[in-house]
Amino acid sequence: MKDIRVKRIKNGTVIDHITGGQAFNVLKIMGLRKEYPRTTLTVAMNVPSKKLGFKDIVKVEGKEIKKEEVDKIALIAPDTTINIIREHEVIKKEKVNIPARLEGVLRCANPNCITRFEDATSKFIVEEKCPIKLRCSYCERVMSDKDIVRQF
Amino acid sequence: MNLKGKDIISIRDLTKKDIEYILKTAEKMEKSSDRPLKGKILSCMFFEPSTRTRLSFSTAMERMGGDVIGFASKETTSVAKGESLKDTIKTVENYCDVIVIRHPKEGASRLAADVSKIPVINAGDGSNQHPTQTLLDLYTIKKEKNRLDINIALIGDLKYGRTVHSLVYALAMWDAKITLVSPEGLEMPREVLGDLNRFNAKINETDDIETAISNSDVLYVTRIQEERFPDPGEYEKIKGAYRITLDTLKHAKKDLIILHPLPRVDEIAQEVDDSPYARYFEQVNNGVPVRMAVLGLVLGGVR
Repeated sequence: MKDIRVKRIKNGTVIDHITGGQAFNVLKIMGLRKEYPRTTLTVAMNVPSKKLGFKDIVKVEGKEIKKEEVDKIALIAPDTTINIIREHEVIKKEKVNIPARLEGVLRCANPNCITRFEDATSKFIVEEKCPIKLRCSYCERVMSDKDIVRQF
Repeated sequence: MNLKGKDIISIRDLTKKDIEYILKTAEKMEKSSDRPLKGKILSCMFFEPSTRTRLSFSTAMERMGGDVIGFASKETTSVAKGESLKDTIKTVENYCDVIVIRHPKEGASRLAADVSKIPVINAGDGSNQHPTQTLLDLYTIKKEKNRLDINIALIGDLKYGRTVHSLVYALAMWDAKITLVSPEGLEMPREVLGDLNRFNAKINETDDIETAISNSDVLYVTRIQEERFPDPGEYEKIKGAYRITLDTLKHAKKDLIILHPLPRVDEIAQEVDDSPYARYFEQVNNGVPVRMAVLGLVLGGVR
């Protein structure tokens, strides 16, 4: 059987070591399904991985990932590595990192939380990283990965 | 310990030492006739109805020589014209030295504290927290039992009742033995229980009310709210099964005490009021010294 070779990207982002099955959520976070539907993408899912068992990979041509997108990906796929590519060269490589606190990245899932009614920046304390558990600093309600994914 | 200038928003912000300090100060307040808050003004901002909390804060402030301004419903304020909570706080803080706030939205008191330059005390934010209620519950238990590592049974709506969530959290700090009894669907939320894992508290859930009562030093009863039941027939059935009468108490320890955050509907039969177990009106009375302590400490009037 012929090997299918995926062309290396020239400029853009390679997102590797995504928790198996989370690739579509990564596409949603980066707006690649709605805001940038014509972006050239390579998506590999459930690729065997020594470290993770199974991992997903997303290659995005022509778009460099933003800091707030990296923060969101960290919440659902904490082992992800981000490679920024310019002229075929990896110019930056980093592992995502879940900060101790999150500000303005997500909306509180509690419909009666004051942040849904007043002009206030959402604030969360990261209580557990795996599985993710965030506590709203205002209403003190806990958000799980399911509540988070629903927002993407 | 110095709580001067501190906001009191959630029991989760307080350490065991903070709580002990507040309870000790409350004890002193009962005997004190000093007026250390003379010239200070409290603003009570109640966006939601209250009898006990608002009046006891006012009494506490006046007993310490201070004055009280405020409102008891949002209809009489510019909030009714659409003014935001942030703007309301930025206005009110110019008129007073401390704010007590009750609001129907969870997190409103924390937001008020973020905006305000003066201390904010949470008197209930939706179904979230009501820390001075928890403090007065603890004070009552301590006063009656002289300790907090008690056997306690909590009975009633444990899902929506904000007082029970913060009370179990606080009692868990003292390794209390906690028994939870609630109708199906009104159990203590898993996330509240999960939160207690950091302590060594022993928690047990049961539907056997009599055994729960017979093992307890303290029985804490909460109202089962009719509006939570879509089927009125189901409500009637549950209400009957969770009603505390002299008969349900026949195997109780001799020195059992019964607490209730009030208002009560009929989950405790009136015949229990005259029994040696009832302490819910003493509990109300304890709201005053506890709130005197909190006001005195955050305003720096007492140490």
